[in-house]
Amino acid sequence: MNLNFTPEEIAFRDEARHFFRTAIPASIRAKVAEGEGLTRDDMIEAQRILNARGWCTVNWPVEWGGQDWTPIQVYLYQDEMQQANCPSPIAFNVSMVGPVIAQFGSQAIKERFLPATANADIFWCQGFSEPGSGSDLASLRTKAEKKDGKYVVNGQKTWTTLAQYADWIFCLVRTDPTAKAQEGISFLLIDMKTPGITVRPIVTIDGGREVNEVFFDNVEVPLDNLVGQENKGWDYAKFLLGNERTGIARVGASKAKIGRIKELAALEFSGERPLIESPRFQEKLAAVEVELKALEMTQLRVVSDERKLAKGGQNPASSILKLKGSVIQQQLTDLLMEVVGPYVMPYQRDFEGKNEPVIGPEYATEAAPMYFNYRKVSIYGGSNEIQRNIIAKAILGL
Amino acid sequence: MDFDLSEDQRLLKDSVDRLVADQYQFEQRKKYMREPAGYSTAMWNQITELGLLGLPFDETLGGFGGGGVETAIVMDAFGRGLVLEPYFATVILGGGLLRRTAPASMLGEMAPKVAAGKMKLAFAHVERQSRYNLEDVTTTAVKDGGGYVLDGAKSVVIHGDTANRIFVTARIAGQRRARDGIGLFLIDPATPGVVRRGYPTQDGQRAAELTLTKVRVGAADLLSDNALPAIEHVIDEAIAALCAEAVGAMQSMQDLTLEYLKTRKQFGRAIGSFQVLQHRSVDMLVAVEQARSMAMFAAVMAGEENPTERRKAISAAKVQIGRSAKHVGQEAIQLHGGIGMTDEYAVGHYFKRVTMIDQMYGDADTHLAFLAAQGGLFGKVA
Repeated sequence: MNLNFTPEEIAFRDEARHFFRTAIPASIRAKVAEGEGLTRDDMIEAQRILNARGWCTVNWPVEWGGQDWTPIQVYLYQDEMQQANCPSPIAFNVSMVGPVIAQFGSQAIKERFLPATANADIFWCQGFSEPGSGSDLASLRTKAEKKDGKYVVNGQKTWTTLAQYADWIFCLVRTDPTAKAQEGISFLLIDMKTPGITVRPIVTIDGGREVNEVFFDNVEVPLDNLVGQENKGWDYAKFLLGNERTGIARVGASKAKIGRIKELAALEFSGERPLIESPRFQEKLAAVEVELKALEMTQLRVVSDERKLAKGGQNPASSILKLKGSVIQQQLTDLLMEVVGPYVMPYQRDFEGKNEPVIGPEYATEAAPMYFNYRKVSIYGGSNEIQRNIIAKAILGL
Repeated sequence: MDFDLSEDQRLLKDSVDRLVADQYQFEQRKKYMREPAGYSTAMWNQITELGLLGLPFDETLGGFGGGGVETAIVMDAFGRGLVLEPYFATVILGGGLLRRTAPASMLGEMAPKVAAGKMKLAFAHVERQSRYNLEDVTTTAVKDGGGYVLDGAKSVVIHGDTANRIFVTARIAGQRRARDGIGLFLIDPATPGVVRRGYPTQDGQRAAELTLTKVRVGAADLLSDNALPAIEHVIDEAIAALCAEAVGAMQSMQDLTLEYLKTRKQFGRAIGSFQVLQHRSVDMLVAVEQARSMAMFAAVMAGEENPTERRKAISAAKVQIGRSAKHVGQEAIQLHGGIGMTDEYAVGHYFKRVTMIDQMYGDADTHLAFLAAQGGLFGKVA
């Protein structure tokens, strides 16, 4: 057992640290640090910088632009990227649809989509959830019927993050209404410009516009936009959801938040002393730091085990990553809000682009919206309750 | 970076795991506890034969030069067995103090005896007023001719009742809470003026109260006249060892609880089929694994020579272990229901052990306060 990184790993870490802090524009990193939303252009610009270096699609097969890295290198890459407040590559492209196409798609569909997906020439969004199908995803009803050499898609998707930016959507659609729920689903790629698609925003409690409803009304989709085999979509979706086991803990991002909380708590005063010197505040923060350190060690255990596990094998510790990581992220947004005090109150999103002076310190404006927004992290990607169901069955055998 | 055990470590783990699995079933433990010493002398001999008592000492002294990871391997297994023998007091505390404070001649004489099972040790440092503060020492050591005279009282000396020699802190110079001037003596409990009163602890182990009245000791019995830094390092190693022991105990509670949920039937079905109990079991798993991660961190950081970094890491681990153990222990009892309350069933005994571990060398809140005052664990990346 050795918790020190090797000289090679340290050299790699330093290289990553330097790269993320110099190559990605400071203006973009500042937005991530402050929790301000990125524009479509920001995301594409950051992704192209990464892709130009081959550091965008590191988990893809090498022939499609992946890196033959050790699990520790992948961990260091993610950790440094998050600590530097560098935006992660667009998850829908790089963590979701890309690996599915690379694993299950035909050669033609790979060539057609993978390079464009890596370079963010296509901005993807995800069409999984439906109004009646959240945790019970397999009950989805959006259907694709074969008619005149095409699929005709009808139905509705929801919680579609950044659909307003997206060029394409990857959808789970029902292609066999007579089969068992999981067995009649297919994985279909749809151009968002196709006639019959309507995107309608859903405003979230933080006032943000991140998620949308997407309606499909007789949308015609070419048959060769199907990934893999018809009616095997559920298997591909499970592969997709299980793909990002370690990045999901977002330990690096939480470390960056702790650094920011300490920085700002030194600027805010509680009585005669900076808030950071209040024992009560210090202890609340230290308690989260202990949990985060434990999670980092848990993540490293998982990462270090990946080398030894047979494909598909799973370290029980991996199941903790999302449960614990989501709660820690939420606790930190709560502490950040506590730091900024009364300036948490002004709602300033309506001033955007209006050249109005900021009320209170600039760093206070996003504290409350971020706190409200981060309630989502224990809901999306399989809510923490669904995670517990999965762990109880798969790990504990209950 | 890797979490793999070396070949030697794997062999060590196999042999301690086997010892505990074969000889430390809950019913066997009950018999050991009823022996006069409060533990099994036969088991002590087996632990000796396995070479475990020489863990911290060099090979030339009859040991095998183990560090934090080896200690954690042994203590994790002992946690699963709720081992009663005075291993922690003799090897982790006593062995650690010998190694860090004894002159070569004394180490050369004592270590082989410890390794051979002929010398049981204990460490007397708690006083009525001191709580967890190692520097809060009112027992006095006054120079008298060539030696010293000790006066004072020590409390909750773990396994102090059966120890052949006892390490005692006594103030040679300075005010009550001064960091400087704390002497570390190694005394024979048979010395006139030493009175000890042994008793059981809540978790079925043993401890003693020690009073020292005009106890004359020689100059050679003083191992250090400024012992606090060495003591702090040994206590950090001891905390790391207890973290590993607590993880072993937590794992056993988790195993017992799962087994119970799968076999106990109510309303015509195994109670583990109820979602409310499933989710609570998952939260127990999370608590155990987070604790395991921090116990590993502590095992490695126990050897860190930079005292600030070491103490922060050890404190962080003790916080996590304290909180996880409280959660896992309370839930294990609750999920068992009535049977968990009974003395004849194992789970409550694990619960009692981890509860006592939280109270040793600083509870979770004490360590959290220390860590917080040090500015936490994460700093700015350079």
